Amino acid sequence: MQKAFLFVSMEERALLPHLFRTEYQKLVSVLCYLFGIEHIAVAEDIVSDTFLAATELWSVKGVPDNPTAWLYTVAKNKTKNWLKRNSFFQQKLMVDLQHNTPQGEEIEIDLSEQNITDSQLAMIFTVCHPSIPTESQIALALNLLCGFGAQEIADAYLTNKEVIYKRINRAKEKLKEADIKIQQPTLAEINDRLETVLKTLYLLFSEGYYSTSNNAVLRKDLCIEAMRLNYLLVEHPHTNKPVVNALLALMCFHSSRFDARLNDTGGVILYEDQDETRWNRELIERGEYYLNEAAATPTITKYHLEAAIAYWHTHKADSGEKWESILDLYNHLLILEYSPIAALNRAFALAKVKGKQQAIPEAEKLQLTGNYFYHALLGNLYTDIDDHKALQYYETALQLANSPADKELMTKNIDQLNHKQNN
Amino acid sequence: MNEFLLVFRRDFKTKEVQPSPEELQAHLSRWREWFRSLESQDKLARPLQPWESNGRVLKHDKSVTDGPYAEIKESIGGFIVIKAADYEEAVEIAKGAPILELGGTVEVRMAVK
Repeated sequence: MQKAFLFVSMEERALLPHLFRTEYQKLVSVLCYLFGIEHIAVAEDIVSDTFLAATELWSVKGVPDNPTAWLYTVAKNKTKNWLKRNSFFQQKLMVDLQHNTPQGEEIEIDLSEQNITDSQLAMIFTVCHPSIPTESQIALALNLLCGFGAQEIADAYLTNKEVIYKRINRAKEKLKEADIKIQQPTLAEINDRLETVLKTLYLLFSEGYYSTSNNAVLRKDLCIEAMRLNYLLVEHPHTNKPVVNALLALMCFHSSRFDARLNDTGGVILYEDQDETRWNRELIERGEYYLNEAAATPTITKYHLEAAIAYWHTHKADSGEKWESILDLYNHLLILEYSPIAALNRAFALAKVKGKQQAIPEAEKLQLTGNYFYHALLGNLYTDIDDHKALQYYETALQLANSPADKELMTKNIDQLNHKQNN
Repeated sequence: MNEFLLVFRRDFKTKEVQPSPEELQAHLSRWREWFRSLESQDKLARPLQPWESNGRVLKHDKSVTDGPYAEIKESIGGFIVIKAADYEEAVEIAKGAPILELGGTVEVRMAVK
């Protein structure tokens, strides 16, 4: 007994953060790649079983010196055992197998770094298939590509677990129905599907960055995962395209402010009020690198424009050049792809360049009367010009605000205006 | 001082109630912390012993299947033997078992002297 006591107590090393989540996504990808997407459930079972075994053993014996190697060995053995018990499945697999396993030889579970990367890339292109509805696609991407559980996804979306389950299952059904093969995308497929893949990654990142969820840790994890998948694409020679670099640059610039924009209680610190020494310089520099890579060809996409706008926002000080560039970029962006949010942002940039008086009619023309940002923006533009109108806009914004942080912000603005009027 | 058997059971079968990898990792850390605290309070009557999660199930007709999640919903996740004065103290200790967080149960039984 004394010995066991010593053994466990000496094991003081903490587990690597997110070890299970990271290895889960890798193992599931490799097994799905091996089995085919129609057998996701088998892959998931084997991997879950591996983590269960780890939990039971490690809680008593302590974490092994190389936990990843331990997980891989156990996952390999579990897969082999499973195949032995399901010889029918194995025979079918032998026939289907994309990787040529010589006849009569045991199926090899390849957990080399190269195969993990290949499997993950194949998975990205499978999950981001255009036949799957967007909502389900993001839930599936979070689940299969990022190793998030239904509860965690539900927390990010402020919905319940059951809704997320339905979305994930619907997406899996779709993959089976459409008989979508998990394989290395060909160059033609990359060109066809890259847009959908990038859109999914963009939404994944936005979900983390703009989510109304109060769970800051979870939100950051979503952003990190989107960046990790994007990085995977940049690292692969077939997918390392300018547009992919542009999206990664955009993510780097935005996430450089992640810590600076939240206060201790999870409230939002506005851009103007942020302490720029808390901006992550390393991420900004990496963003600049990817933005340069993105400029390798003259083609300009919306990600290029958004990345360039985000780049200018990494310069805190207001300058004529800064806001004129941003206004110009928003003008291009709106021509390329109109969105109400971009139009509102353009109006804000216009106010910075030409003054609030000129921006107000432009903003009001948008008539986005059910939109929180529309009212918040006009509240801002009318402040000092017509405080009474500003107050009205802020009050409507308060009613439309979804997140506690936005509500708090509007209340603060209203209080300031009231205070000003009373003095 | 008496000895008590604590048996941890949980539903390992229903897909919808299984923890995510991240939750499982946090869960693992809490088991380790709990075991450590039991050790430091000298409450363990036997050394900790992990058991394989699969194993076999022998049925009444002597047929053998891979276990243990054959037909019952809840399976044993493990057990430990602790030292406690009485059921009251043993149950109090059992309340710290992380299995409860995942909807599991702890069965507490006193050793017959």
